[in-house]
Amino acid sequence: MSLTDKDKAAVKALWTKISKGADAIGADALGRMLIVYPQTKTYFSHWPDLKAGSAPVTKHGKKIMAGVAQAVAKIDDLTSGLLDLSELHAFQLRVDPANFKILAHCLQVVIATMYPNEFTPEAHVALDKFLSNLALALSEKYR
Amino acid sequence: MVKWTDFECATIQDIFSKIDYDVVGPAALSRCLIVYPWTQRYFGGFGNLYKAAAITSNPKVAAHGKVVIAGLEKAVKNMDDIKTTYKDLSVLHSEKLQVDPDNFNLLADCLTVVVAGQMGAAFTPEGHAAFQKFLAVVVASLRKQYN
Repeated sequence: MSLTDKDKAAVKALWTKISKGADAIGADALGRMLIVYPQTKTYFSHWPDLKAGSAPVTKHGKKIMAGVAQAVAKIDDLTSGLLDLSELHAFQLRVDPANFKILAHCLQVVIATMYPNEFTPEAHVALDKFLSNLALALSEKYR
Repeated sequence: MVKWTDFECATIQDIFSKIDYDVVGPAALSRCLIVYPWTQRYFGGFGNLYKAAAITSNPKVAAHGKVVIAGLEKAVKNMDDIKTTYKDLSVLHSEKLQVDPDNFNLLADCLTVVVAGQMGAAFTPEGHAAFQKFLAVVVASLRKQYN
């Protein structure tokens, strides 16, 4: 399910509208994920505070969205554009790739709460495809 | 037996009392048909599903969206035994409609996105968790009679 030119345009258009709120989206999505999918907390046992709105969650949400921004910029070649991040996740973080789908879902729910008019079904399908391809690029170096 | 906390029970009742069924049902189903187009395989008799605009304005999709959410309401009213409440619906989906049960999760995700859009910040992480737990129980109950 690779990205068509239409998909890429839709993702970029949506990103233009939501990028100013990227930090808030990232923090909310990550905090939400840790609550809705408690098994994901296992990756953050080294944090003093896992509550939504806490400092580590807010900081890390921002980091994640910087990665998403990088992916939007490299949308024409996600695999090479995200090589460094793939190596990080594969060799150091060793996050089970099934979790990428979970975070993608949380991102979409948060975008729906914050930008209900912009997150039309058409924008949703393009973003869903984009996040799936992003996850695939992130998994590239796993094995 | 599914155990619901007081918070989870109250949250589900609260969410379903707040959402507009006539909007949410059709919106969730049409979003599912747009975001996951392979789900259109079950709606061959619904006419024009070629473009997103056609799907969102399709009266059969809208009508069926209302049927789906009316079915969900049965679960909301019988949270203590959704499995038994859904026995016939499960047989229907398995034997007559022959829906791949993985599709239930796709519709559940679209329903979550639509409810989130309706409720905005009021769709808190804790409320979101309760809502997804509820949908997970619904999906498991719908899968129960498949063999």
